[in-house]
Amino acid sequence: MDDRILSIKNLHVKYENDEMTVYAVNGIDLEVRRGETVGLVGETGAGKTTTAFAVMGLLPKKIGSISEGEIILGDIDITHATEADMRLLRGNKISMIFQDPMTSLNPLITVGDQIGEVLELHRKEMDKEEREKRVDALLELVGLPAERKTEYPHQFSGGMKQRIVIAMALACEPELLIADEPTTALDVTIQAQVLDMMTGLKAKLGTAIILITHDLGVVAETCDKVAIMYAGEIIEFGSLEDIFAGEKHHPYTVGLFGSIPSMEENVQRLKPINGLMPDPCNLPSGCKFHARCPRATEKCRTCIPEKFEEQGHIIYCHLFNENTEKEV
Amino acid sequence: MDRPLIQTVDLIKYFNTPGGMLHAVDGINISINKGETLGVVGESGCGKSTLGRTILRLIEPTSGQVLYDGEDICRLNDKQMMEMRKKMQIIFQDPYASLNPRLTVGELIAEPIRVNKLLTNKKEIDARIFQLMEIVGIDERFVNSYPHELDGGRRQRIGIARALALNPEFIVCDEPVSSLDVSIQAQILNLMMDLQDEMGLTYMFITHDLSVVKHISNKIAVLYLGQCVEYADSEELFKNPLHPYTRALLSAIPIPSIKKRDKKRQLIRGEITSPIEPKPGCRFMSRCDFSCEKCSGENLQLKEVSPGHLVACVQVGQ
Repeated sequence: MDDRILSIKNLHVKYENDEMTVYAVNGIDLEVRRGETVGLVGETGAGKTTTAFAVMGLLPKKIGSISEGEIILGDIDITHATEADMRLLRGNKISMIFQDPMTSLNPLITVGDQIGEVLELHRKEMDKEEREKRVDALLELVGLPAERKTEYPHQFSGGMKQRIVIAMALACEPELLIADEPTTALDVTIQAQVLDMMTGLKAKLGTAIILITHDLGVVAETCDKVAIMYAGEIIEFGSLEDIFAGEKHHPYTVGLFGSIPSMEENVQRLKPINGLMPDPCNLPSGCKFHARCPRATEKCRTCIPEKFEEQGHIIYCHLFNENTEKEV
Repeated sequence: MDRPLIQTVDLIKYFNTPGGMLHAVDGINISINKGETLGVVGESGCGKSTLGRTILRLIEPTSGQVLYDGEDICRLNDKQMMEMRKKMQIIFQDPYASLNPRLTVGELIAEPIRVNKLLTNKKEIDARIFQLMEIVGIDERFVNSYPHELDGGRRQRIGIARALALNPEFIVCDEPVSSLDVSIQAQILNLMMDLQDEMGLTYMFITHDLSVVKHISNKIAVLYLGQCVEYADSEELFKNPLHPYTRALLSAIPIPSIKKRDKKRQLIRGEITSPIEPKPGCRFMSRCDFSCEKCSGENLQLKEVSPGHLVACVQVGQ
């Protein structure tokens, strides 16, 4: 049985206006299976959110477009699905949680009605009473008392609002949930509560999750597979063990880990990655990381690295293609 | 040399709100030695930023003293305070909001020099601008750029250059790396530590990120609802956290390693309670697993449980 929920093949997304073209996503392949959490990690501008928007069909009209590749959800090709088709899928089979819970709720509608709205649109067979019951159940599911459904968003704290957003996203039991930095705006203690709840819900409902984050700590605690993105490409992909305990890594991944102050050891100086992300309007030739890479060679400047694969652990770097014995 | 450069004595800042007095900073006693870094940690709303600003008198304290090299700066008049501010600077959290969008990089860095009339000759000012840009690592070619043309890391470097422009002794760093990507965050942290070594700066480093604070601080103060609940040397605090809140805070941090994946996390219940007219007693009581009758009642004082390690909890050190 094929348990692939989402497969993205060679996806390219660009944003265009009269003056310039921004190459936000440049040929990524990604598969998500039932019940799996895939972490999408990278810095600002790596193309994480653009990838999510492409899947959701939320790219800004006229400016953003999928220029190549395909996105298959279940067995439907949604690459060029119409707005009407996407509307049936969004909130139903796929849903998304945004970073900022403060701005993703309507301040003028009670939270109960906002959750109910999702059901009203996608579960037309439900009558009012059933809907109310479902809203109560959803609120309880995310750890909020059902009596509070008549309150407005401003009456809740940040962590609670994020729980409400999660309840909305899960209202129709989607197969795939895309969470874009769901805990970045929250305090660590509240983040721990929300992550704990999300892990519990995943086990209960079997929803597949794409978790977009820049925090490797969050990835380590929640994900099954990890994709590291840089300048619109997935430069390393593997299981949690491959990324956190494997021996071979892309130099960028090594740099990311070197940038985090360790809680366990005392390091005098951090080892940051020098320089900045390349300009997505004017991407460098060859490997896009070569200008910041401490191990770059002449080949990196001119040739695009090919895929190196070892038991599902994928790295795009010349270091491994020439001589696989070399270790980073 | 162990003389504190900065010391606060029962520092209090209350804000008057329609619901009553908001206890933002409620009797804080801290001291920072010259050339050292004090990390101030806590969740949003615990009074970290208010404390930083009150120490600089950007917000007037309700009561208490701020001693700078033994001198109470709350008694200074405006003119004396202006003189004092040359020695005390601040780096703000948001490099997008703290820079005037209509000034170029050069003008932004020159602004504190001009305002304080440190240099008046245009040539000297220009030389100083380029010198500061070199110190903080911004290429000379950006001198005529506007902030919107630069990325967050470079903007934060400008914020640092502005703070350094007056040769301060003490800098309050209010979440200076929170809005930056990790790789850029590491660059800025390294820069700040290098500057401290070279210039003997004293920092008060406000953050909610415990891994950053461990990396940069000599001493750490943990704040909860305006009060300091634990105060110790950085190493001691991480090795031997005593207050239940500190423990919960430490255990809540997601650790980028799979070795700890299955360890049971100690989650704290509920959320931070209201700082408006708090009840006497321990403010963490409602979320604490170890609370008992002794926790309500009197206000808690920091107690020294081992040399240099202070905790405000009735359960600890009995």
